[in-house]
Amino acid sequence: MSQEPEASASDVTVPDALAPKDQSRARIDVSAVAAMAPQRVETSTVFECADVDVYYTDFRALRDVTLDVNSHEVTALIGPSGCGKTTFLRCFNRMNDLIEGARVEGTINYHGVDLYQDEVDPVEVRRRVGMVFQKPNPFPKSIYDNVAYGPRLAGVKRSEIDDVVEGSLTRAALWDEVKDRLKMSAYGLSGGQQQRLCIARAIAVQPDVVLMDEPCSALDPIATGRIEELIAELKTDYTIIIVTHNMQQAARISDMTAFFSVQANEMGQRTGELVEYAPTSLIFTNPDDPRTEAYITGRVG
Amino acid sequence: MSLTQDRPELTAADLQTSRSRRARSHTVRWLFMGAAAVTVLVSALIIWTVASEAWTYISQVELDKLTDIGWFPRRGLFDLSTLLVNTLQISVIAMLVAVPSGFGAAIYLSEYAHPRVRKVMKPTLELLASVPSVVLGVFAISFITPSILTNFFDDINYFNKLAAGIAVGLLVIPLIASIAEDSLRAVPLALREASAGLGARKVTTSIRVVLPAALSGLMAATIVGFSRAIGETMVVTIASGGGDTSLFNLSILESGGTLTSAMAALGLGTDQVAGNNLAFQSLYFLGALLFAITLVLNMLGDVIVRRLRNRY
Ligand SMILES: Nc1ncnc2c1ncn2[C@@H]1O[C@H](COP(=O)(O)OP(=O)(O)OP(=O)(O)O)[C@@H](O)[C@H]1O
Ligand SMILES: [Mg+2]
Repeated sequence: MSQEPEASASDVTVPDALAPKDQSRARIDVSAVAAMAPQRVETSTVFECADVDVYYTDFRALRDVTLDVNSHEVTALIGPSGCGKTTFLRCFNRMNDLIEGARVEGTINYHGVDLYQDEVDPVEVRRRVGMVFQKPNPFPKSIYDNVAYGPRLAGVKRSEIDDVVEGSLTRAALWDEVKDRLKMSAYGLSGGQQQRLCIARAIAVQPDVVLMDEPCSALDPIATGRIEELIAELKTDYTIIIVTHNMQQAARISDMTAFFSVQANEMGQRTGELVEYAPTSLIFTNPDDPRTEAYITGRVG
Repeated sequence: MSLTQDRPELTAADLQTSRSRRARSHTVRWLFMGAAAVTVLVSALIIWTVASEAWTYISQVELDKLTDIGWFPRRGLFDLSTLLVNTLQISVIAMLVAVPSGFGAAIYLSEYAHPRVRKVMKPTLELLASVPSVVLGVFAISFITPSILTNFFDDINYFNKLAAGIAVGLLVIPLIASIAEDSLRAVPLALREASAGLGARKVTTSIRVVLPAALSGLMAATIVGFSRAIGETMVVTIASGGGDTSLFNLSILESGGTLTSAMAALGLGTDQVAGNNLAFQSLYFLGALLFAITLVLNMLGDVIVRRLRNRY
């Protein structure tokens, strides 16, 4: 694991000057948390989400999500299946644009810039906000070409790509396993290796944020453990937002946790909503909302 | 508990089929096998006839007649290179027309078109594949040559290989587009998302991820298209002329017969064929040659596809 003292959620610091104005809606008591915090790297806000609604054509999948994501922290999104975690995660890099009929309302500010204004180019957003998907999805190319794909797009010089590839694979704890077969197909790797390759591929473009959608759901406990270590490691350089179904995993790796739930309306439409957003240690020890408690205890039990 | 106790004891007869049912299923089996055997038999018969007649031809013809000034079967001049070169030229022109536009259409349909547009366009495309080739042949001599090509080439022959190649290309576009589109659509969405997630634009994703991932399908589309172009008869017979007699000529602006149009011309005029006994046999020889070329092409395609697949 990482060298630093247990990075528990209690040391979240949101300096008053940078503290988002509307923190109350996200149910974080900023001053209380800040008071407990030891001296640490300053955290600032990367994303500010206000009243985010997501529609698939006429179906409202998610409503009124308001929360802030801090930089250099791991933010976990948890909740029952179908509550809109993936949907919400894909808002941060405008991946929902790829889905016919998907529509995002409300505002998501990224470093103060409204992500969904007309002038924003989703391609530029995605160069800064990378993504690791639930199922490992390497390209049918060599291991090397998989990692080099992003840097080549970004125009990194040929002479530097070797270094970028090695650095990213090392970072993703995969270098030693693949350094002798970089030119071989990525499909020859195991599932866990493929997922680490996808992580290496995502960090090769040196993004600001890495989004992870249940990155361990297809993996065995050993591979999962490696990826969790990796996430803790990556936190020093990147902001990470991760969807997970595994409560222990959320508790182990995240600083902040957002719990989503889903409720059917009169017409039987199941719209997801944010129930509670708080430092992970609080969510797991002293949740505010009975629904959170029911969910967490039901799963952890 | 009581339920199981009440159940009557199982006897062997319960699980056995009746004799008549078994007999019936045997009959059905033989019927299907017969149908399969007929197709195999017919194919074997065709190959046998073609091969044996081709052998008669090759063993009787004076070999220096096979490399002469052109294809004049009634005069006993059977220069095969004339027909082969013409066939190749026309097929290559056809592929130059059909591959870019077929792939382009496939990429548009699979990557860009709105689902509603695709729903209309795909069947339309497949409908286009069923345009009778004679129509395209007439189109070549009534439009492609007089209205387009004459503007660019002053001394173009009214019947020429270029127009024939273009028309064959038009004929093959839907075939290539349809196979290519299927193979592009088979590329998992997850790969497109991975590419988009790394900051690739749609064009980049299409070219760098989707096309390579669909390579074996695209190869297949090209080979099927090429085989179809080589085998196309009617368009070439009408548009390029020279089926009955043709002088060796490398210019695509001139007329020239192909393997297929030479066969058609020979097969049509029995009285012409009667003038020289070997002319009739040469027809079979051409057939065997055509068959061999398509076979080799298909096997080559198979090897390429397999090699590409093994690489990744
Ligand atoms: N492309 C889509 N088109 C239409 N509806 C969708 C689409 N993707 C998701 N939905 C709907 O949106 C809702 C939220 O889905 P989402 O995938 O975000 O849930 P999730 O919380 O990630 O669930 P899981 O834990 O099972 O992955 C679901 O009701 C789902 O059916
Ligand atoms: Mg999901």
